[in-house]
Amino acid sequence: MEVVIFDGVAYGMLLFLMAVGLSITMGLMNFVNLAHGSFAVVGGYTAAVLMNQTGLSYAAALAAAFVAAALMGAVLEFVFYRRLYRAHPLDQVLLSIGVVFVSIASLTYFFGPTMLAFNLPAGLQGQFAFAGLKLSRYRLFLIVAGVLVLAVLLLAMGRTRYGAMVRAAVDNQRVAGGTGIHVQRLFFLTFSLGCGLAGLGGALSLGMLGLEPSFPLKYMVYFLIVVCVGGAGTITGPFVAALLVGIVDVAGKYYLPEAGAFLIYVFMIAMLLLRPNGIVPKKGIA
Amino acid sequence: MKPITLSPGQLRAAEIAFWLALASSFFLAPNHLTLLSQILVFGLFAVALDMALGYAGILTVGHAAFFGAGAYTAGLLAKHGWGEPFSGLLAALVVAGALGYALSYLIVRGADLTRLMITIGVCMLLAELANRLSGITGGSDGLQGMEVQPVLGIFEFDLFGRTAFGYAFVVVLAMFLLVRLVLRSPFGLALRGIHDNRKRMLAIGSPVESRLRMAYGFSAAVAGVAGALLAQTTQFVGIESIGFNRSAEILIILVLGGTGRLYGGLVGAIVYMLVHDWFADLNPEYWMFWLGIFLIAAVMLGRGGIMGALSRRVRTQEHIR
Repeated sequence: MEVVIFDGVAYGMLLFLMAVGLSITMGLMNFVNLAHGSFAVVGGYTAAVLMNQTGLSYAAALAAAFVAAALMGAVLEFVFYRRLYRAHPLDQVLLSIGVVFVSIASLTYFFGPTMLAFNLPAGLQGQFAFAGLKLSRYRLFLIVAGVLVLAVLLLAMGRTRYGAMVRAAVDNQRVAGGTGIHVQRLFFLTFSLGCGLAGLGGALSLGMLGLEPSFPLKYMVYFLIVVCVGGAGTITGPFVAALLVGIVDVAGKYYLPEAGAFLIYVFMIAMLLLRPNGIVPKKGIA
Repeated sequence: MKPITLSPGQLRAAEIAFWLALASSFFLAPNHLTLLSQILVFGLFAVALDMALGYAGILTVGHAAFFGAGAYTAGLLAKHGWGEPFSGLLAALVVAGALGYALSYLIVRGADLTRLMITIGVCMLLAELANRLSGITGGSDGLQGMEVQPVLGIFEFDLFGRTAFGYAFVVVLAMFLLVRLVLRSPFGLALRGIHDNRKRMLAIGSPVESRLRMAYGFSAAVAGVAGALLAQTTQFVGIESIGFNRSAEILIILVLGGTGRLYGGLVGAIVYMLVHDWFADLNPEYWMFWLGIFLIAAVMLGRGGIMGALSRRVRTQEHIR
């Protein structure tokens, strides 16, 4: 039981890392980005390839994953996404499905359709004993990383000038623009940051989920569930939702392997009925 | 270039010519009848999606759920001894329509994002269900062993797909005429009004939500018929009938043809399936790459698809959007 919760929390942390950028994109820019998983995959592949080919340390590879995904996000935002902020959601969906397809095809072309070989650094392998339980070191590392990112994000959003500007723009874009905030530049920075976090999540997930080119499609629903159930535009909402989704999913696959995969959808539909605007609704929505 | 203007009579002639051209392909391309039947089926599916997406304006990315539900309904009936094709279609229509109408309660009241989530979620849920219940659906091997009886007790389904094409053509034409009739009725006009300005329709007393629910249920029913048609003509139901990829594919077909236009889905299906067939030996990954590029280009270069481009060239006096 405790192990299931522990694994579920670790899984939830990964989902949180990968989905928090999406929450900001959807809440701030009202952009339905189905391609968010593609950034996670780019980060994961960058880290794995760098570690396999050049023997880079895991920490450095994580940083490289963040940078690579953020750069890709920045380029795509500059070329495509910024033209569609005011467009119909259908256009946004189509564009992001296009991005997903191109990313799947390109990654398959360069790296093949199978999962990438990856070995965890020695320090994260194996288990440790805690209160009579045998827990995986790597999963503990995931949980610590997730909590750290949450803390940094909360501090950045709550205490810095940049965070105040983002919150203002989430609440009311036009008024924020009227007070002299350069909203377009803010979008650009925030989008890149969110993509970078997704890349970091992708690189962290290497030891648990196994990256393959079709990852963006496979996990797209999970990201969307986390954001919708948690409440788009917030940080704590997706965090709570990601933990819940992680625990429900792991527990479902562990205890009810027959019904495991459905449980998560049932959970989503129930949550959306109970709280249509998410666990933590963003301000401005009653 | 000066746009050509068509009078209502000429327009009707153009519509009849379109269907005659489709029918004549039976004689012109007798070796490609299987492909032609599939074009018809996907055309009908795209028309169904267009009702929900283009006319009612409901953002849905999971319409394969209904297509698959219809396909499995007809497939299971035929496998277990009820091989009469028309009643199979009817059963698929009822099952998919009921499913769509039940879901519409969840979908209509939400915002765009919630709609997107629920449609994707339900589609994936059903796909997972079809995969898991492999004792009933055949799982990832697909549903095999369907025995479809001759159409009207006379026309046996043959190896060359002659009966399949004729059957598909008649059914698709009938369903298309039904959709056309519905969309030109006061109900269809109300849908167009809701799509253009929901608040004003509310203000003039139109029951917006129940209209949208009806449209969604009807669209699901037609999608179910398309799925059943595919199952009966190919005597097989693959697991891919119901997944997200099929939903994305039909969305691409509709966008290629043009959303919110009666013939958009059909034209899109013709072009998409022919291009897909020409590049059949291409590696599926390359195909996916070009599809992605096409989607990005279609969004960036403006909407409307083929029918949109055509409507800038050809004006009609009667408005047949």
